[in-house]
Amino acid sequence: MRELLALWAIAWPLAAQVTYGRIAAARSEPASWLTYSGTYSGQRYSALKAINRANVARLKPAWIYQTNDLNPFEVTPLVADAVMYISEPPSHAAALDLRTGRPLWIYRRPVPSEVHTCCGQVNRGLAALDNTVFLGTLDAHLLALDAKTGHLLWDVTVADYQTGYSITAAPLALKDKVIVGISGGEYGIRGFLDAYDPKTGARLWRFWTVPGPGEPGHETWAADSWKTGSAATWVTGAYDPDLNLLYWATGNPGPDYDGGPRAGDNLFSASLLALDAATGKRQWHFQFTPHDTHDWDANHVPVLLDATFQGRPRKLVVNANRNGFFYVLDRQTGEFLLGKPYAKQTWASGLDARGRPIVLPATEPKPEGTLVYPGIHGATNWNSPSYSPDTGLLYVAAREEGNVFYSATAEYKPGNYFSAGGMRGIPGVEPSGPIKALDPLTGLERWEFALHGPPWAGVLSTAGGLVFGGTPEGNLFALDAATGKPLWNFQAGAPVYANPISYEFRGTQYIAIAAGRSLLVFAVE
Amino acid sequence: MRKSAFCLLLAPLALPAADTGEALFRTHCAPCHGPQGNGGRGSNLAVRNLPRAPDDTALSAIIALGIPGTQMPGTRMTGDENRQLVAYVRALGRTPAMPAPGDRANGERLFWSKGKCGQCHTIGPRGGRMGPDLTEIGTRRSPAHLRTSLLDPEAEVPDTFAVYRRVIFTPDNFLQVRAVTRDGRQITGVRVDEDAFTIQIRDYSDRLYSFAKDELRELHKDWGKSPMPSVHGVLSDSELQDLIAYLSGLQGAR
Repeated sequence: MRELLALWAIAWPLAAQVTYGRIAAARSEPASWLTYSGTYSGQRYSALKAINRANVARLKPAWIYQTNDLNPFEVTPLVADAVMYISEPPSHAAALDLRTGRPLWIYRRPVPSEVHTCCGQVNRGLAALDNTVFLGTLDAHLLALDAKTGHLLWDVTVADYQTGYSITAAPLALKDKVIVGISGGEYGIRGFLDAYDPKTGARLWRFWTVPGPGEPGHETWAADSWKTGSAATWVTGAYDPDLNLLYWATGNPGPDYDGGPRAGDNLFSASLLALDAATGKRQWHFQFTPHDTHDWDANHVPVLLDATFQGRPRKLVVNANRNGFFYVLDRQTGEFLLGKPYAKQTWASGLDARGRPIVLPATEPKPEGTLVYPGIHGATNWNSPSYSPDTGLLYVAAREEGNVFYSATAEYKPGNYFSAGGMRGIPGVEPSGPIKALDPLTGLERWEFALHGPPWAGVLSTAGGLVFGGTPEGNLFALDAATGKPLWNFQAGAPVYANPISYEFRGTQYIAIAAGRSLLVFAVE
Repeated sequence: MRKSAFCLLLAPLALPAADTGEALFRTHCAPCHGPQGNGGRGSNLAVRNLPRAPDDTALSAIIALGIPGTQMPGTRMTGDENRQLVAYVRALGRTPAMPAPGDRANGERLFWSKGKCGQCHTIGPRGGRMGPDLTEIGTRRSPAHLRTSLLDPEAEVPDTFAVYRRVIFTPDNFLQVRAVTRDGRQITGVRVDEDAFTIQIRDYSDRLYSFAKDELRELHKDWGKSPMPSVHGVLSDSELQDLIAYLSGLQGAR
């Protein structure tokens, strides 16, 4: 036994360095999962194929880890060197033994009782760099923890949580920076994206997503409305190391449903930003939903892919947006290349030549209510899409759900809910949701697989020809990536609010995904 | 029937609570619980017994601190505001007392005999499980509403789909389904639960089925359909009045 343990230690040294070089080349190291979306490209694709169409029906739980908290478990785990790193609600972090799921350490962050979160006290994951893991907290701090021990290395205040700021997104580690987005779009915050020094926690730059006086875009906000303009950055973005550009999306303008006090396009809300990673300066922006009044945050993981588009090799960024349209942009210039509806929408007759929506009349929220598709949760939400270079398809967990939107007036008070309206369901219409496979170069749908309720789980595609996902009724499933045919499902017993990942350990491929308060890890027997 | 459900949602508020409570509700609660409090992204608060707040102290604590494990956040407000909001939320769940004239005792007899209501509906522990439970129906439905449902059962089949629901419960959702299995068996009944890959059905002879959807050749959802027969021609006007009086008086365990 002792010999075995010694062998073990030699074969899998715990907590080696997650260098920037490894993250940048993560596609060629599919045994690990080193950053939120697997690679910087946002593709959430695994090159592993030991689990495949032929054997996925035999997928069985290998181990289960349970949190000690009732809040939704929305983590994307990281896997490196025989250790899994997770965050868990409300703002904790843990390292798990990959062989057993037993914790190696747990860091418990005391969270004040008065944190302000619109949608549960959640956290979606960590970033890792060298020997450190990074955690954003509900009281809007960024923490650096020793990956070997969980000891706190530094703790910086990103924003004042008492005014409605919080952090729920996984940070993104670059070569010499940790990028962190902010939540609080329903509390009238002024949004921003920050970069910190991984060694010291010193802030290196801040990009305000709502421009201040004198800054370009400030003129798109009436009077003082910019001060509570929101445009939160609450979902992890993507990164192109060659261009050194960060792609990060922004949320709804504040207040959500009453656009009256904030006349104008409300830049840079509901937009995709391309920022110079070195300086945080804006390279370009594209606003999907100018002057949004339906809570259609653009907070999705932007998916970067290189392809020949209409006869010309291009570096692209694609996005299935909450507003119901699928977009293709040139990621060097921000040029709009294509936009098409991918789910039911009743608010725009289409997009113009520059990608601006042609908004239909009578779609604004009214005090008595206005029925619009998509609903407030959008045609998809924060849960990740996936792109498979094998099939050339983009997989989206879509929502077919409308709402009756109503407006009200809201008075801004720091730390208080500031939405100026809300929504109701549509009587007699049961919301649903399919997994959709889109051709990202045309926006055309290749197949769809109908689920029951609209999903809150993201998707993962693999070289095994599979797409993994989950449902709000607790199903975990695998579909044939080429046809959408269901090949495996498992009832986990609680709603799935998380994105799947895959990794390899001791020659076996695993699939990991959180459901309820459990993290479930599966392998083929 | 969809139409009448819609009208109900749009009906103006006529509640006795203080203006401040209403204003606080609009700001803090209505975005998720709906302007009438009858649910949206959040749960339906216009019910007599809030499952998580058995008393006002519990409701006050939920407003202040939220409910861990759910999307319900805590809300900053003064003690006075909190009290006003508690009073307002409590008032939402009280159907204004509408005494229905009639002989309740006779209504109860009719329920279990001539009306055959008990074959499909439960009151407390007694009755059939096919239709919605009626133990507290008097707190949910006005006498006029009950009359409509008894005479025209499909006038309003309850189908308020909570956005975050993961388990389907009648009476909030009632759906008749017809399934045909791969080997040709036909089952008609009530959907008990459903997920992406399976469906559970109770047929009209009270047999419970659990199917993987790929075992079914056909699955029809009869939105707005009800197997309930009208009492028109079964009960006399005065008997109908007695039955309504009985049902209106069903106020639950409390």
